[in-house]
Amino acid sequence: MQPFRKHTGVVVPLDKVNVDTDQIIPKQFLKRIERTGFGEFLFYDWRFTGDGEKIPAFVLHEPRYAKASILVAGKNFGCGSSREHAVWALADFGFHVVIASSFADIFANNSLKNGLLTVRLTDEQVAEIMRRSRQIENYQLTVDLERLRVEDAREQRFAATFAMDEFSRHCLLNGLDDVGLTLQHEAEIAAYEANHPVRAEMKAILAG
Amino acid sequence: MGETKTMPPRTLFEKVWDAHVVAAPEGQSALLYIDLHLVHEVTSPQAFDGLRVSKRPVRQPLRTVATVDHNIPTTPRGLTITDPIAARQIEALQKNCREFGVPLFDMDSAEQGIVHVIGPELGITLPGMTIVCGDSHTSTHGAFGSLAFGIGTSEVEHVLATQCLPQKKPKTMQIHVSGKLAEGVTAKDLALGIIGRIGTDGATGYVIEYAGDAVRGLSMEARMTLCNMSIEAGARAGLIAPDETTFAYVSGRRFAPKGKAWEEAVASWRTLASDPGARFDKVIEIDAASLAPFVTWGTNPAMVVAVTARVPELKSFAQDSDRRAAEQALAYMGLNPGTPIESIVVDRVFIGSCTNSRIEDLRAAARVAKGQHVNPKVRAMVVPGSQAIKRAAELEGLHRIFLDAGFEWRESGCSMCLGMNPDILQPGERCASTSNRNFEGRQGRGGRTHLVSPMMAAAAAIAGHFTDIRNWRFH
Repeated sequence: MQPFRKHTGVVVPLDKVNVDTDQIIPKQFLKRIERTGFGEFLFYDWRFTGDGEKIPAFVLHEPRYAKASILVAGKNFGCGSSREHAVWALADFGFHVVIASSFADIFANNSLKNGLLTVRLTDEQVAEIMRRSRQIENYQLTVDLERLRVEDAREQRFAATFAMDEFSRHCLLNGLDDVGLTLQHEAEIAAYEANHPVRAEMKAILAG
Repeated sequence: MGETKTMPPRTLFEKVWDAHVVAAPEGQSALLYIDLHLVHEVTSPQAFDGLRVSKRPVRQPLRTVATVDHNIPTTPRGLTITDPIAARQIEALQKNCREFGVPLFDMDSAEQGIVHVIGPELGITLPGMTIVCGDSHTSTHGAFGSLAFGIGTSEVEHVLATQCLPQKKPKTMQIHVSGKLAEGVTAKDLALGIIGRIGTDGATGYVIEYAGDAVRGLSMEARMTLCNMSIEAGARAGLIAPDETTFAYVSGRRFAPKGKAWEEAVASWRTLASDPGARFDKVIEIDAASLAPFVTWGTNPAMVVAVTARVPELKSFAQDSDRRAAEQALAYMGLNPGTPIESIVVDRVFIGSCTNSRIEDLRAAARVAKGQHVNPKVRAMVVPGSQAIKRAAELEGLHRIFLDAGFEWRESGCSMCLGMNPDILQPGERCASTSNRNFEGRQGRGGRTHLVSPMMAAAAAIAGHFTDIRNWRFH
């Protein structure tokens, strides 16, 4: 996993609450067996008509947001299905950060595993970022994971701090492979397994 | 030796959690041991690829059980899968299970079914376990007093490789339901009533324990329906303490403990209930008498009212963002505020999904359908949750009731709950569905989903519009 330390980029506002993972990546695109190539299907039903025509009015299609790498949205972002494809699609599309007033648990976990930073701010802060990203051409934010800070470089500065549990932050900052971390506990896992053997009945399962 | 240390009272969740902590390294998440890992075709191929790249085996193939459910057709088995990408995904799972030695209940297996249906029905799901699956409705298995939650594909790979998962400890919420559900008011209505009250993020960060007389009175099938919908309130897991109802359900199932092992298991499961005085971070009280058969009107499960009510007025939403969400939802659903729910006409009916496809659900729907006929303008489909349920239903003659009434009787799978297979809504079609999500496009682009119980769905199929099941004239 790529480490995440600090990112500066253009902000695009998606002014909706409860954006679910079915919207982020509709089910017809879940049949791929690779991790890559999901970006073009991001928010597909909002970006394209049933005939595959671009819907120009959708915010991600506005030319001013073409280079956006920070998405800001309403509360409960990523609710619904556990599909990690949603995170792969956001990252593949070019997003490094999603800012919202709350995130669904599984989505936030999946993001963490893919170096996509989820930043939780207050409703008021989210509204202010949305306002600025609409009113100010090429509005950019800097998200600093070391300092747990989000800020812009405007004269009337927007600045906010955010919280993240220390271990998640450590893993993101260092791009740590957590399978490797878990396997450092091999002795404890083996001891647990010695005390909790597979049930006898389950041994018959391979017989079909 | 010395004085005995008295344990502080613990909740069911805390007991299961504590029993599975392998390591609790300073400054890190606890490492939980996973007793059972359920696998399906959609969220696993990238995880198996990851194992190949890192040259890791599946650590515990006998704690891993796979089936195909999400994208398989529900037309008769043996026909070729016409969607080449779906076929490739199914082949990938078959190949991965062979290569890594994972047991698979494949397309042609007599035990195939929706992953959350077959785990319990085969006695693979047991009380007190930790269970994960790359599917958010893994919460279903909490009905047995297991800690069961959905994970993403990276975590699927993690569990395949290590049989463990680092987890932040969630907060605990008790939802206490007093009284008794009225006739015609089901576990589905209880779930929708809860979500309508606390919202789709009302339990985010929490594990729910459902308790109270109304919950105790539920069958295992009904408990599974209730726990299944926990994720729709934002909770990754929802649990119910195991009791005699649970033991009676599990006893004698194919992979359940037998003989002396059974006696020992039951004795240990009896200790799982939350201790008197155990503290929850949040407690919600619900009076079962306040519940009615519910129908969702919008594009998330919290957008729900009683069947006797009307589509809400926009001014009833206090928050600006909620009002706009409701406005967008009504535009998508093609509904006007103030419309009586019972006047809403449906085009399609879907009875199935990991929420409501078990034998009891089918019995309830069949009771409504018996001697009736599906409205000529409606296409209605019944999709049993598993091959075993299909066989059981056919033995009881339920399929006859459905077929005679004009319902389609299909093979088992997830089907139109998420429309990954050919069972989808056409744009603008309105569906009464026993599934769990009414998100935009969930059952097909432009499709309009209304979540209801199996009885309410069957009644809508016959009436052609939503109707209060409490007034139904059963034949």
